[in-house]
Amino acid sequence: MQSSKTVTLTMAGCLRGASLCLPGLPGVIVFGMVFGTVAAQKGLTLLETALINSVVFAGASQFVAMEVYSDPVTWGVLIAMVGVTTAVNMRMLLIGASLRPWLGQVPAGLTYPSLFFLTDLNWLLALREYDKGERDWGLYLGSGVFLWFVWSLAMLPGYFFGSIVSDPKVWGLDVVMPAFFIALIMPLWKGRRQTMSWGIAGLVALVTWSLFGGYWSILTGGIAGALAGAYLDE
Amino acid sequence: MSEGLFSADSMFVSAVLVMAAATYAMRAGGYWVMGRVPLTPRVRRALESLPGAIIISTILPMALQGGLAMSAGIIVSGAVMALLKKDTLAVAAAVLAVAALRHFGV
Repeated sequence: MQSSKTVTLTMAGCLRGASLCLPGLPGVIVFGMVFGTVAAQKGLTLLETALINSVVFAGASQFVAMEVYSDPVTWGVLIAMVGVTTAVNMRMLLIGASLRPWLGQVPAGLTYPSLFFLTDLNWLLALREYDKGERDWGLYLGSGVFLWFVWSLAMLPGYFFGSIVSDPKVWGLDVVMPAFFIALIMPLWKGRRQTMSWGIAGLVALVTWSLFGGYWSILTGGIAGALAGAYLDE
Repeated sequence: MSEGLFSADSMFVSAVLVMAAATYAMRAGGYWVMGRVPLTPRVRRALESLPGAIIISTILPMALQGGLAMSAGIIVSGAVMALLKKDTLAVAAAVLAVAALRHFGV
């Protein structure tokens, strides 16, 4: 199999990783700008906005945390913010697990810091390229660091000039991320195993979503799909 | 709220640090666990099924919540990708489709 090739890390790989993010960039930027606007409306200072945005660095969970935020931050508010963040980001356990076959060959002193930059987008990009035979993990790292910079800066215009992103929906910009995600997984479809496991994942996700709403469906659908993929024999 | 752009409330900062620690624990936790599980062919197949399963599970509720235009946009992206194999074109076509549909009141 492909796993015999050695894993490398080059600057060229990092830059290629950053460039592969480009189709998703409008989505990231708009999402980041809207976060800046929401944070300003909630009364966060610029420094507070920058901290939550760049230190937590997990879009969906930041929005949900702002929904339970209130001023002043009591212990109750703190626990609520941490709780919803944990719930929304639980899918990262699965995402990280699926990177093991690739990043497992890299020294732990490098991979563990790099996992701070793990997002849905650079994870999916990295796995698509791994599937094609790429073994330069700069692809994962470069795209992650690049997205961190873009995300960190994107909140600024939203924070100061909220109205310019009043309604990204009119421009269809809310479809950028789901459209890019679909485009990224298409090459990973190989046949019956994917049809079955993705189908089961979708079914479980829909049932979970209609029963509990929110973000649990990603977790239950992901686990159901992985189990289906594991136990469907060739 | 504290005063000035560059001030920060200490409880808010504590909340951010705990949120970040919890998020990092999940970013690194799944990866760490898989380092302790032998990568048998079955485990490998499970891991290989994860990307598609997670993305389908993320997108289906989004499509249903986003209404007809959003669902159509996602289908357009998938179709363009299947035909032309270019992710940039797939995303551009989806954005155009959604903007056009919403313009006409879908």
